[in-house]
Amino acid sequence: MQLSTKHLLGIKDLQATDIQYILDTAAQFKEVLQRPIKKVPSLRDVTIVNLFYENSTRTRISFELAEKRLSADTINFTASGSSAAKGETLLDTVNNILSMKVDMVVMRHSASGAPHFLAQHIPAAIVNAGDGINEHPTQALLDAFSIREKLGTLQGKKIAIIGDIMHSRVALSNIYLLKKMGAEVTVAGPPTLIPKYMRDAFDVNVSYNIGETLKWCDVANVLRIQLERQSQPLFSSLREYNLAYGISRKLLDEVQKDIVIMHPGPINRGVELDSDVADSNHSIILQQVENGVAVRMAVLYLLAGKRNEN
Amino acid sequence: MKPILSSEQLQLTIQRLCYQLIENHYPFTDTVVVGLQPRGVLLADRLLKQMQELYPQIKLPYGQLDITFYRDDAHKELHKANQTTINFSIENKKVILIDDVLYTGRTVRAAMDALIDFGRPAKVELCVLVDRRFNRQLPIQPDYTGKAIDSILSQKVTVDWQKPEVLLH
Repeated sequence: MQLSTKHLLGIKDLQATDIQYILDTAAQFKEVLQRPIKKVPSLRDVTIVNLFYENSTRTRISFELAEKRLSADTINFTASGSSAAKGETLLDTVNNILSMKVDMVVMRHSASGAPHFLAQHIPAAIVNAGDGINEHPTQALLDAFSIREKLGTLQGKKIAIIGDIMHSRVALSNIYLLKKMGAEVTVAGPPTLIPKYMRDAFDVNVSYNIGETLKWCDVANVLRIQLERQSQPLFSSLREYNLAYGISRKLLDEVQKDIVIMHPGPINRGVELDSDVADSNHSIILQQVENGVAVRMAVLYLLAGKRNEN
Repeated sequence: MKPILSSEQLQLTIQRLCYQLIENHYPFTDTVVVGLQPRGVLLADRLLKQMQELYPQIKLPYGQLDITFYRDDAHKELHKANQTTINFSIENKKVILIDDVLYTGRTVRAAMDALIDFGRPAKVELCVLVDRRFNRQLPIQPDYTGKAIDSILSQKVTVDWQKPEVLLH
């Protein structure tokens, strides 16, 4: 069995069967991570470069661990402190790295479409670790894995994606994935952070009321307010955002049902999510991080298997 | 298509394998059983069921091991991974590996690598239903054999547990 794609550029390009295959494989890798020796020799013959043009904690560590647990050789590249700062182009940098016999590229970039551009110009397999405001496919896959683990299935489940939808690649990847797997999706947040075209373009519900959205959903995936991507003020203050759209313990108690709280991290505590919610037993935020390693192992393993196919 | 073991022969073979295991391992104080996913598990299930009928007092730790991530051909062909469940320590235990057909020996090689990641067993033995002798690509031999057969590369051995019977195509 094979994936239908050579790269993982976005969930948009995946078939539902690919997603299923990745999640099923990830479940087996999760078992590997419980063993005394948390490592398998599958990618002993593979070298992977982690190319991070944008800051990252979780994703970078998670990919690096996933690679090491698959026995791949890894190189880490961060834009600061590299020749990118001297004006070298992306393509030149990558071609130089590839000439040192690297098989796969894991890339994060602040420009949407950067990995798609690379995929057209280089022979290595590319995994998108987040490109601008476009997609963050492995995050969506690990979110789906975590929901499936908690609720058994994605089919027919009601998932709310709450917060800064406009600037969120996590939101977009999640929407693509959840729709492909038969879940219902509502995006919620302030009108200034939800693009007008959402409902028509992605067939999702749009809500500006967090209380009602929480009553509706089984899972609330709460997103970070991405101030660094906002060139103009889109709400008056963080405090006001928290009062109108933040999730507090009180709001959660009013819902009177067990909903699952997720967050891709990093959390702005007291803005989109209050601490007593983030640390409550509704939250599966740390399980998401744990599952991230298994999901990324599955992605790398399955893409590496496609390498020599031509 | 040629039958290797009929339903009746298969039952007798499983019974004999059980007695051989009992002869070597009774009272099974330090012995554990590991079936290889996916088809070795089907044989292991039946062996253990038979064992229970013969000696109900025997309690054997039983695990299932998937070797997909240890295969030596992952760069050529991908296989779907199955569940691994080993909920006991294999440290200093005698491990009986169980698979249905022993052919090139590559699966067993991978299984030994996978097993050793769970601990250091005192001993590892191999029990198979069908040994396709003369087809080995690695120096691996079974300790318990249901039936040894001569076959060529283009042939295939299938164990049909529904019937149940073993066939050579």
